[in-house]
Amino acid sequence: MKQGRTAKGSDFKRYPGFVQLAVLCLLILYAPLIVVAIYSFNASTSITLWGGFSFRWYYDVFFGPEADVLKEAAWNSIVIAITAATVATAFATSAAMGMLRAGRFRGQRVSFALISLPLMVPEIVTAVATLIFFNSIGFDRGLMTIVVAHTVFCIPFAYLPIAARLEGISGIYEQAALDLYATKWEAFRLVLFPLMAPGILSGFLLAFIISLDDFIITNFVKGAGVETLPTAIYGAIRTGIEPNILAVSTLLLFVSILLVTLSWLIGRMGSNDKPLTE
Amino acid sequence: MAGGAASGGASVSSAYASVRGWLLGPSWVTIVIFMLLPVLLMAVYSFLTKEFRGGVIWDFSLAAYDQFFFDRGLFGDEPPKIQWTYIIIYLRSMAQAAGATILCLVIGFPTAYFIATRPEKTRTIWLFLVTIPYWVNLLIRTVSMRFLIRDSGPINEWLIGIGLIDDPIRMINTNFAVQIGLFYSYLPFMVLPIYAAVERYNFALSEAAADLYADRWVTLRYVLLPSVAPGIAAGCILVFVPSLGAFLAPDLLGGAKNFMIGSLVEEQFKGAAGNWPFGAACAMVLLSMVLVAVFFYARAQGRAEG
Repeated sequence: MKQGRTAKGSDFKRYPGFVQLAVLCLLILYAPLIVVAIYSFNASTSITLWGGFSFRWYYDVFFGPEADVLKEAAWNSIVIAITAATVATAFATSAAMGMLRAGRFRGQRVSFALISLPLMVPEIVTAVATLIFFNSIGFDRGLMTIVVAHTVFCIPFAYLPIAARLEGISGIYEQAALDLYATKWEAFRLVLFPLMAPGILSGFLLAFIISLDDFIITNFVKGAGVETLPTAIYGAIRTGIEPNILAVSTLLLFVSILLVTLSWLIGRMGSNDKPLTE
Repeated sequence: MAGGAASGGASVSSAYASVRGWLLGPSWVTIVIFMLLPVLLMAVYSFLTKEFRGGVIWDFSLAAYDQFFFDRGLFGDEPPKIQWTYIIIYLRSMAQAAGATILCLVIGFPTAYFIATRPEKTRTIWLFLVTIPYWVNLLIRTVSMRFLIRDSGPINEWLIGIGLIDDPIRMINTNFAVQIGLFYSYLPFMVLPIYAAVERYNFALSEAAADLYADRWVTLRYVLLPSVAPGIAAGCILVFVPSLGAFLAPDLLGGAKNFMIGSLVEEQFKGAAGNWPFGAACAMVLLSMVLVAVFFYARAQGRAEG
């Protein structure tokens, strides 16, 4: 029992079984995704019987009978995600400056709570509330309502990496610029902005993914006839999972992974320049 | 102007103090108008009268909450009895969310600890691998799970293929499937905050405990766990809250019989059978439960900080 004393090095840190559980954790997280990705290349029409490797379902996604619906949904998704993420990133950058470069102020905690409010309210509640709001002001549901709803919940996702980045940048840089008679705008644009850029880009990409992925809120505030990729996929699987849905899912999966990797690499790229933190 | 800057230090972070309102304004206004106001409006709607084709009539009414809690018979003239239908849905949702939280903790804690004790390079890779599913479309993850466990899905096909079973095991459309789905959906939410806590943990404490003849499980129980408790609490709240209001896992994995709060709320806003005030009331009850959970969490965290 008392082996802790005699063990060498960092053995007191080690717990038997933890490695296996960690591997199991990754297995649980990835197995369903990998299985779907594999089956999306299945040549067989029967969804679970393996009939050899083929791209036929990908061909079906782009040129099959549902291609037009899927293309329009994808286009909507991209337009919404770009608009919502751009506006949210601009607002979040500005808010990060207000929180971290404008001194301490009364209500700073309330302000932070307000910015992170969309993260705390359950999605289904936000969805219901937003639907009721647009309905009561007589705003027709459609692309516009989706963009507005997405912008709101994208703000905190963009804010967090931007604020984390800005926190690591010493105040001496903009102070030096201001001392040399730069205006506040010039000090931001020419000095702070380039330093913050990795955080801003990383925030934008995360907001973009979050918007691209959203289903519940979109499902409530979209008008009839307007579909995004997730709502189109949801609509399609109500009647059963078809192989082409596996292909679309795999494509969307790939886009998400690509964007997260990009965001992560950009975030790391910046954090290696230690001098910024004095 | 230039002279004032000589004070350095404290003044550096307040260069933009004079335009603070303009900087924070856009985010504040957006969130207040399109988030806070709608939630308040939803609270108002829960006290209105329903319109039959969806929507409301602006007449004050407690009908939505009455329908939630009381059963007054088919014609509404019997003495009120407790209406268990909806309460049971909420209790079941709480049980499912609690189950998901426990499962996530059992797998998530060892994983987070394991990752935090890796050398720098391997740690980054592990962390990255756990983070990716966090950002992958929840709908697609749930669909994947549905594909995997359905009657003619890969798991059953393989089990039959290797001769372990003759008939497919029924997993889809059961409570078990919902439980697994919630666990699978929110597992990364448990790992990441616990990782952050263990990473800040001072391992000299564990070493000291080992030097004083504590075996590693005693150390875990009395030294490590109390130190990383705030991270564990954060992970639990991050899993519990979205699980409670989850829509996709019960909808795609649970089928019609395994209703959870999310499906109940959604149903009230779809089509002619909808009842907006009742849906708003259901969402209000959910929101209140979440606020209570967050309140206790915040109080516990506040106490931990001293």
